[in-house]
Amino acid sequence: MSLDFKQIVSDFKNGLWAENPIIRLVIGMCPTLAVTNTSANGLAMGLATSFVLIMSEIVISLIKKLIPANVRIPSYILIIATFVTFTDYFLKAFFPGIAASLSIFIPLIVVNCLILGRQEAFASKHSTPRAIADGIGMGLGFTWVLTLLGMIREFFGMGSMFGVQLLGEWYRPMVIMVLPAGAFITLGILVGIMNQISREGK
Amino acid sequence: MEEFTQILLLFISTVLINNFILVRFLGICPFLGVSKQVETAFSMGLATTFVMTLTAAATWLINTFILEAFNLPFLQYVSFIIVIASLVQFVEMFIKKTSPVLYKALGIFLPLITTNCAIMGLALLIPLNGYSFIASVVFGFGAGVGFTLAIVLMAGLREKLEFGDVPGVLKGVPVTLIIAGIMAMAFMGFSGLISM
Repeated sequence: MSLDFKQIVSDFKNGLWAENPIIRLVIGMCPTLAVTNTSANGLAMGLATSFVLIMSEIVISLIKKLIPANVRIPSYILIIATFVTFTDYFLKAFFPGIAASLSIFIPLIVVNCLILGRQEAFASKHSTPRAIADGIGMGLGFTWVLTLLGMIREFFGMGSMFGVQLLGEWYRPMVIMVLPAGAFITLGILVGIMNQISREGK
Repeated sequence: MEEFTQILLLFISTVLINNFILVRFLGICPFLGVSKQVETAFSMGLATTFVMTLTAAATWLINTFILEAFNLPFLQYVSFIIVIASLVQFVEMFIKKTSPVLYKALGIFLPLITTNCAIMGLALLIPLNGYSFIASVVFGFGAGVGFTLAIVLMAGLREKLEFGDVPGVLKGVPVTLIIAGIMAMAFMGFSGLISM
């Protein structure tokens, strides 16, 4: 099997912007909105999702020939659920604070359409190295949007970033930004800005 | 009587105060994807409510009598997702046999309920909140009604929006998200309705 290095780089870059899961494909919205009230939460959620995505893409691209086509979706879900359980127990053991603040959104990675979508669209059709590149690219694409969203919301909602207070006493926090309503509006405006940027690039 | 009041309060709080879509952020994908027309949004809401009520009952039984009884909490996610997938499959077969018209109207949305995180979220929240069997079923039904309410309201707004003049870059997803934000603000007004 010959490895096309250029191909792998383009698979990797694909997820960062051109087919960014949140901005372009609009999938995986629930965690995007729910756990981005602080930058640290956004980053942690992004990394946890990336881990599950990369691991399941590796496994599925390795065993894709063994899975009968009729039962492939249930098989994918079981593989994903296994890695999610693993991640959940890992976070509970080593980072109990993060696990508590992400609460049910860690187990909900199982039903994140991003993960299942990439298995169906990519890992089940391509070689393992390309699947790894796709997993890392998509995972990073997901993580940077989540982190950015968390940073914006934390900055306006609490005047801090990654828990470090940036604005002084004079700043009156816009509480709405850390509440559900702020999540929807911030992401709406963010997607609008991204649309504008990619339009200008053309 | 006391218990009945509790159950009623639980129902109201699930529908309005802790609305699954607008407050808990569960089920955003169908909320954005299937909210273009009031009619389809309503059918989607009905199907989801049905699956949610059944899921609440089934996962409560499995969690209490199998997972907790045999001390297997690590199998929770795997078993819940299998239960949900088979329930959706079962509902699909049932609707296909009994009402082909409804089956056609729901189309692809029916199988997609499996990956709706509102259903999985519901299954996970029940053991977390420690509800009884009756409370779980009411919680599931209330979650479904809240889901239907939000998605139908959204569809109504988006139907009107078709005639509005939306700035180019905000067309589609961005403007829908901003509307959802304003709806979430409106729903915040319910937060002091009852204290649980």
